[in-house]
Amino acid sequence: MKQDKPKIKIGWFSFSCCEDNTVVMTEVMNDHWQEWKQIFDFRHVRVLKSNNIFDSFDIAFIEGAVASAEQEARIKEIRAISKKVVAVGSCACLGLPAGQRNTFTEEQKKSIDFLLARFNALAQVKKIADVIKVDVEIPGCPMSPEIFLAKVNSLITEFHA
Amino acid sequence: MHSFDLSLEHITKVEGNASLSLKVREGKVTEVKFAITEYKRFFTEAMQGKAPAAIPPHLARICGTCSNAHIICSIEACENALGITPSAQTKLLRALTIHGLIIRDHALHLYLFSLPDIFSKDAFLDLDENNPNEHQILHDGFETKAAGNYLATMVAGRSVHATYPVIGGFLHFPSAEEKIEAIKKLEAIRPAVLRLVEIFKNAPFHFDRQTKYMALVPPDNFGYIYGKITTSKNEVYDESEFRKHLEHVVLPYSQASAYTYEGEGYMVGALARINLAREKLHPKTKESLGEVLKLFPATDIYYNNLAQAIEILHSIDESIEILTNNKFEPEEIIKPAAAESSGAAKELVGIGVIEAPRGTLYHKVVIGTDGKVSAGEVVVPTGQNQINIERDIARLVQSLIDQPDFDPNSIGAKTKINFEIEKLIRAYDPCMSCGTHFLKVEWV
Repeated sequence: MKQDKPKIKIGWFSFSCCEDNTVVMTEVMNDHWQEWKQIFDFRHVRVLKSNNIFDSFDIAFIEGAVASAEQEARIKEIRAISKKVVAVGSCACLGLPAGQRNTFTEEQKKSIDFLLARFNALAQVKKIADVIKVDVEIPGCPMSPEIFLAKVNSLITEFHA
Repeated sequence: MHSFDLSLEHITKVEGNASLSLKVREGKVTEVKFAITEYKRFFTEAMQGKAPAAIPPHLARICGTCSNAHIICSIEACENALGITPSAQTKLLRALTIHGLIIRDHALHLYLFSLPDIFSKDAFLDLDENNPNEHQILHDGFETKAAGNYLATMVAGRSVHATYPVIGGFLHFPSAEEKIEAIKKLEAIRPAVLRLVEIFKNAPFHFDRQTKYMALVPPDNFGYIYGKITTSKNEVYDESEFRKHLEHVVLPYSQASAYTYEGEGYMVGALARINLAREKLHPKTKESLGEVLKLFPATDIYYNNLAQAIEILHSIDESIEILTNNKFEPEEIIKPAAAESSGAAKELVGIGVIEAPRGTLYHKVVIGTDGKVSAGEVVVPTGQNQINIERDIARLVQSLIDQPDFDPNSIGAKTKINFEIEKLIRAYDPCMSCGTHFLKVEWV
């Protein structure tokens, strides 16, 4: 009897952003949920489920920029337990627009300093590649559904090879 | 008597990041902090110096979920500042943009976030395809979302961060073939949405909450873009008053601002809209709903889910009527009388108020004499519901620990409290991304 391939373990994580890529992912799912249900183990996807497990991932998708030391540490943890890290969307790939405060004038910066201090935010917002090695980048604001699907299918092929 | 602390670091199946901490001392809930933990991205601060045309796509990035509501609201604010009156066709296309958003976004919330609670599942995808009822609901969920996504994409270019709607009109217009396809898809999902209404009508969860409701109530058909801000006590405010009737409250532990009305919490969203304007729903929607509408006005927070299902049905019926009765022809973009680049003789102020899926959304824009934006302000629905959410959680937890057999040390006691809290928060359908874009320096 043919042995089924193990399910690909998926993590989906959102940091500082508008979560537009999460919405696009759930829309792409409209046409692919039956296939994904068979081949993916949605291990840590907070938009989809409550009982999330943070142990190891074949593919960790990360959207959003890095705004705090706490987020930076979490992203390093994700990297340490993931075979592939995919940065999705403009904020993850470029740090913008979530990190637009990096481009503020001195006067604007002064007006927000107390808030950055209150919530222990980083002085400069970072993109994901500033913090860890990224294997695949899918830019766009939001990411294009077609490019996302092509990259996902390419990763599925790689894991099933 | 029980004393314990409870902390929910990440609330699941909601839009964005939120946490909750709760203290129980001597059997009484003494503290609830519902904190929106998204980091501030300072969108209103970043409006400064931009051309008005750049503002709607800029503010769309506050939230991926509600982006098209932010675009339409921002366009309205900018047009009011610049003295632009949109064409009748533009108004229809904007209505369709919001109908597409309502269908897609409510479906995401109801099927993927709330429905698993009713079926005692962790995730929507955990529904059993071999069970005929659950199989049907799985297909209903994704097909309904897809139809809303198609409508929004056809009219607005994208269902997230739309590209066609701009100040003064639209950049692209649906073709006759696309209209036929959209009508076909909307008609196909109507039976699914009627099943959804039935599910949430019969849902076993209830939480009675006496509060004021507030929504933009349109003069004619039930809709989301025009009207007057109306409360359940029949107070009426014009859009141009912006948020003069609301008090801003800073919660130091939360990245988002909260609001009260006459010193009290109040509720915005689908439940408020259906409570205040259900007589204006599409005739076909009312006919299909029959006795369901007699459940309103309701004070049961879980009927926010039922109200969202009703709004999906209305948006389907309204969209089919608009698409059937109208041809969309290319139109020129309406330009402001005073050219943006040169600026006006005095500062221009514009207000936009619309109903986003989660409730009333306010945008304010100030354009300086140089033609550039000098300031802006945004008030989002989740900030308006935040006070009520906290108070309801306190009451919910108190009712749970008051039960005679409650033992905080028993296996599963805290799990049950966590689940009940998350379930109630999900009924409010908060959106944390929206809550954390702005700069507030005032303290209360």
